[in-house]
Amino acid sequence: MSVISSTKNLEALSFTLVAEFDAAVELVWQVWEDPRQLERWWGPPSWPATFERFDFEPGGKADYYMTGPEGEKAGGWWRFTAIQAPSRLEFDDGFADEGGDPVDSMGITHATVTLEDTGGRTRMTIQSTFESEEQMEQMVQMGMEEGMREAAGQIDAILADHARA
Amino acid sequence: MSDADADRLFQAFADATRRDIVRRVTVAEYSVSGLAALYAMSFAAVQKHVAVLERASLVTKEKRGREQIVRGNHEGLQKARRLLDEYEAIWRQRVGRIADILAEG
Repeated sequence: MSVISSTKNLEALSFTLVAEFDAAVELVWQVWEDPRQLERWWGPPSWPATFERFDFEPGGKADYYMTGPEGEKAGGWWRFTAIQAPSRLEFDDGFADEGGDPVDSMGITHATVTLEDTGGRTRMTIQSTFESEEQMEQMVQMGMEEGMREAAGQIDAILADHARA
Repeated sequence: MSDADADRLFQAFADATRRDIVRRVTVAEYSVSGLAALYAMSFAAVQKHVAVLERASLVTKEKRGREQIVRGNHEGLQKARRLLDEYEAIWRQRVGRIADILAEG
């Protein structure tokens, strides 16, 4: 089991998750530092992420979009605020419109990632802080919509089976 | 949830416009005409979509003057708690995918 604990603070609108991986710190750092690896896990399989820009340095920006099963795109951006390889990464995470420009009205999530060596294994702590409940909602909707689509896709498949039978 | 309820729910989600309407009205309230302006379809077509969502208890509709205001139906939900739970689920899935990548060596 990779996830050790998660803590939610409703008042502070923050979320902390601790996970442990059976791999060296340098390898876990790679899944954040290498955009090609990042693309393999940031979005769910039905909504893979594509990073078009990835300036991995303090103050640098990353632009990405996620592509849905019907070809629809949801855009986002990161701004790296602190990078201390291979143990600490901080970035702001926001939404982007179809042209890739930031949508400020939806708010920004600040994320802090820390990696610690626990004797050959790596403990990863993610802390996300939201600006508002509305923004948290939007964040989750992006993740949830995919679940709805998958449910709808399953129903479509069932109906198609009936049509053939 | 009865079979009929489940049918209504799945029917409601089985359309891209309806999913988009739910996503929008969960965050802010919209009038039916305001929603109609967003899609390349008639006011009547959007109104039908809203009616399907209303029957599935996913949105509520209320008359305000000449407008019909559509909102997400959150009643009885501890919204922030639920959202954080779902956000946690998203991260648990991400951690699972990272573990898979690391396991490849």
